[in-house]
Amino acid sequence: MSFSKHGLRTLALGYLALLLVAPVAMIFYRTFEHGIAPVWDAVTAPNAVHAFWLSIEIVAIAVPLNTAFGVGMALLLERGSFRGKALLSTLVDLPFAISPVVVGLALVLVYGKTGWFGDWLIGHGIQVIFSVPGMVLATAVVSLPFVVRETAPVLRELGTDAEQAAATLGAGAWLTFRRITLPAIRWGVVYGVVLTTARALGEFGAVSVVSGRIEGQTQTLPLYVQGQFENFNITGAYASAVVLALLALATLVAMNLLTRRTRKREAI
Amino acid sequence: MAIEVRNVSKHFGDFVALDDVCIRVNDGALTALLGPSGSGKSTLLRIIAGLETPDAGEVEIGDEIVTDTPARTRDVGFVFQHYAPFKHMTVHDNVAFGLTVRKRPKAEIRERVSELLGLVRLEGLAERYPSQLSGGQLQRMALARALAVQPRVLLLDEPFGALDAQVRAELREWLRRLHEEIHVTTIFVTHDQEEAMEVAEQIVVMNRGTIEQAGSPRELYESPRNEFVMSFIGPVNHLGEATFLRPHDIQILPSSAGEGTEALIERVVHLGFEVRVELKLGDGRDIWAQVTRESAQELELQEGQILAVRLPEPRVFAA
Repeated sequence: MSFSKHGLRTLALGYLALLLVAPVAMIFYRTFEHGIAPVWDAVTAPNAVHAFWLSIEIVAIAVPLNTAFGVGMALLLERGSFRGKALLSTLVDLPFAISPVVVGLALVLVYGKTGWFGDWLIGHGIQVIFSVPGMVLATAVVSLPFVVRETAPVLRELGTDAEQAAATLGAGAWLTFRRITLPAIRWGVVYGVVLTTARALGEFGAVSVVSGRIEGQTQTLPLYVQGQFENFNITGAYASAVVLALLALATLVAMNLLTRRTRKREAI
Repeated sequence: MAIEVRNVSKHFGDFVALDDVCIRVNDGALTALLGPSGSGKSTLLRIIAGLETPDAGEVEIGDEIVTDTPARTRDVGFVFQHYAPFKHMTVHDNVAFGLTVRKRPKAEIRERVSELLGLVRLEGLAERYPSQLSGGQLQRMALARALAVQPRVLLLDEPFGALDAQVRAELREWLRRLHEEIHVTTIFVTHDQEEAMEVAEQIVVMNRGTIEQAGSPRELYESPRNEFVMSFIGPVNHLGEATFLRPHDIQILPSSAGEGTEALIERVVHLGFEVRVELKLGDGRDIWAQVTRESAQELELQEGQILAVRLPEPRVFAA
């Protein structure tokens, strides 16, 4: 028994090391190979700084949107009873199934110059494609399912007893949600937000299609990394990749700390 | 407040949970809804609370028809089977919830909560979280939470179902005394006839979505209306075709009497004060008799012994 447990552990760790740890470590190594000065120059280049803030901006819009949508949709799927619920549930997973590049193309088809809403939007001075709104849309679509999928099972397991108890004590729907349901599901939501953030930060394909990849204008951090790589600016590519990795890591650590602090006390 | 349920029916898909049910509960009464699982007793309770909507019929609390009033404004205290604690709140905040919702002043809330925690004997546990309480304590917290808003009626769904035997006995006794103290109209659901007999002033026996009989524990025991009530309330011997005998009505005769029916003692089970004697009659039927410890000793009952018993007139119900 102990042999097979040992073997399984080695296999799992080896798999992780080969696929994840080694490549990421390699990036860190290659980045700082020639010291810190060239790295600092690379990440403070104007286009790199612009890409960094653009990525943050897009995440700051897309993640709250998907959080609100995700919690609402999870409530609808778990607490509502209506025809077509299974279909709706499948629809929510669609962004997982479709290639991000296809998502990007689809958005261009709908919101682009020759798209369905293209004329109307341009007539009202709103440019979606090759601009920030389109990139937010693309990011929101590809990271849409996470909050729903992390929240729905927690809601199901929670059951309706506590909510009904709140109702018999005189609480309305909104108050019950805010004071009873939300605190009970918050760790599911938090985990969904972490995954959404990580996915949104790293999104390449869909954003690449809708952005037009204009340097210093519509280049997010992943697009910038790719651009630097294509221009044989290896140091710039690695340095920005490290920034991206650190951002994602910071999200995970922040949520982890937040979770640990309050979770211990309640021991749910 | 009195509660009246008139002609209430409820279906879940093809399943008939309640079929044209009528009950009346007097103001201040302590009533048990008793029945096997699936008899519709919990559904009836939830309809009275407004947590389910009846397909047909009316619910009246006091003099007000509340059929269309949502649970939120029905002013009903409800204690859930698994207590439904708000796990992220302390005991104090759980009990205070209804008062907080009603935006009562802080000082009043504090006073009322500590009064209630005293009533349910949870003083000193106000700052604990539900995960740090035992089942019995959770039960009492849920009760205090329901009572905090001074509901017109108190409804309890299987209040003792999830507790171990000793705590259950203690809480039953305590609920009875609590009811004497605060006198709010109370209905509780149970599948345990002993619990219903011990706690309730009035019992409503339910089976397959209908009311079989309602009355005081004594009435139900002494004059059951039908086979179901007879066999559900109190121990019985089933002598075939709707014919029943209470085990304590069977008299075991001293061997010198020379009368009665012959029977073989198959087993003697000592249950403390009560002794259960399993008998095989001359015609091959198995019955059991309930005797006191003293009479079992006096008669020197032993397994394998053949003796005589006197059977009372059995109760026969029309099929």
